[in-house]
Amino acid sequence: MRIGLVCPYTWDVPGGVQEHVRGLAEALIELGHEVSVIAPAEDESLLPYYVVSAGRAVPVPYNGSVARLAFGFGAVSRVRRWVKDGNFDVLHVHEPTAPSLGLLACWVADDPIVATVHTAIPRSRMLHVAQPILQSALEKISGRIAVSEAARTTLVEHLGGDAVLIPNGVSVRRFEKADPLPGWPGAGGTLGFLGRIDEPRKGLAILLQAFALMAPQRPGLRLLVAGPGDADEALEQVPAGLRGRVVLLGQVSDEDKVRMLHSVDVFCAPNTGGESFGIVLAEAMAAGAPIAASDLDAFRRVLRGGRAGELFETGSAASLAAAAGRLLDDPARRATLAAAASVAVRDYDWKVVARDVLRVYEAVAPAAGRMAVAL
Amino acid sequence: MTAITSVIVIVVLAMIGVYVSWRAGRLDRLHARLEAARFALDAALIRRSSVALELASSGLLDPAASLVLAGAAHDARSARSGQEMPESDLTRALRAVFSQSDFRASLSGAEGAEELLAELEGAAHQVFLARKFYNDAVAATRIARRKWLARALRLAGGAAMPEFFEIDDSLAPAGEDGRGADMPHLTS
Repeated sequence: MRIGLVCPYTWDVPGGVQEHVRGLAEALIELGHEVSVIAPAEDESLLPYYVVSAGRAVPVPYNGSVARLAFGFGAVSRVRRWVKDGNFDVLHVHEPTAPSLGLLACWVADDPIVATVHTAIPRSRMLHVAQPILQSALEKISGRIAVSEAARTTLVEHLGGDAVLIPNGVSVRRFEKADPLPGWPGAGGTLGFLGRIDEPRKGLAILLQAFALMAPQRPGLRLLVAGPGDADEALEQVPAGLRGRVVLLGQVSDEDKVRMLHSVDVFCAPNTGGESFGIVLAEAMAAGAPIAASDLDAFRRVLRGGRAGELFETGSAASLAAAAGRLLDDPARRATLAAAASVAVRDYDWKVVARDVLRVYEAVAPAAGRMAVAL
Repeated sequence: MTAITSVIVIVVLAMIGVYVSWRAGRLDRLHARLEAARFALDAALIRRSSVALELASSGLLDPAASLVLAGAAHDARSARSGQEMPESDLTRALRAVFSQSDFRASLSGAEGAEELLAELEGAAHQVFLARKFYNDAVAATRIARRKWLARALRLAGGAAMPEFFEIDDSLAPAGEDGRGADMPHLTS
């Protein structure tokens, strides 16, 4: 099939939606489809061959923060030309409610349109005001996808209609092999954490308490943390004598993220809620890290009810310390869990997820889909 | 004075005209989307019943299961398009066959079994998606047609009010969905 993907956010700035579009595009290309992506870009020379630039995005205040969005006559004409030249069987718009390329593509295109909603939008009053503007563009969407139950709820409550749930994918191959960071994990054992360190729901505070419980009995134990946020504030929660054994890497590159996941003996996911899927967990599974995770519904499902990772009582530092301790003392169990995880994570590989997305394309553009099957 | 008044009247009338034709165009586009969705749904239902018939006549299943499946697939096939009950019955028959405890094990190694199951799973997902998108289009069209302007000017013309298509179309046994997704993968 000829597929056009529309990414509303700047391609060369890291972000979940960009990551999603990249993973999907590469998986679809691998399955033999013709894919073109349009996205705003800062530096056009760095774009992969399948991405077309829609020009630079402008930082504007939107929905409570500053977002980089592409709009205006320049963007409209670039999108229109791309749609016309692409002659797509299906157009797949990401985040259609963001005032950026996705909305513009819905506006100018006559092809069958599929749209994926990524975020739950809490500020409903804004959408209420915007609804008449969005309505005529969104009416053109023939098939809607939500990446999480929360995103689906937002869509249903604010814009009406329904959506198919297809969770995020992981590029398993990118995570499978990497060298540990120099000096890690070390003989005394290493616990790992990945995520925003100042977002309470990610649960770093619980892990720090658990570390304080475990560290006195385990003199070599260290904690490796990667993710953006205020490092000093986080360190203050650790008893002064243990601070030297907690290393905060801050925001890391994609490559270092993979290496970090290969540098830990036990990967901890102490989230306290609000996780619809747990992409971080799937990435850790792909990297073959043994996992200790909160007993949240979403995590239990991803970890196959505990067969692909140890579950502990959500919010309990003592329970986390016990679970992580058990794993540190039992290399055989760690190996079993890691092996089970690398099998379970295949269900979330982009290759599998992209096939589900293709079925959506075939449902909105049946003629093109049949042609693709026949070829 | 009258000249200015008549200019204003003409401008206002022209604006109303543009607005009404824009609204009519939107409604027209919704009807086109609805028609395409209905076409996709019918195609998906036909494909599912054909694959079910193929499975029933493949010799992979025991005779009783084959008979149940063949009967349900035939009823769905021969019912007039858009009949909800026979399609739901076919789903239930498929689910009953798929959810036998040793179903996967009994088929493993049989020639062509994996391909046929994958095709059936694909066909069932296609029905699920096509129905969801069709009902979405129905909802959007019904809302648009209930608007005051659409009713007063009969913008929809003589087209019948579209009806939702409600069937049981999930192959997953209740409460058992490994991936947390809408389209469970039954085959590997």
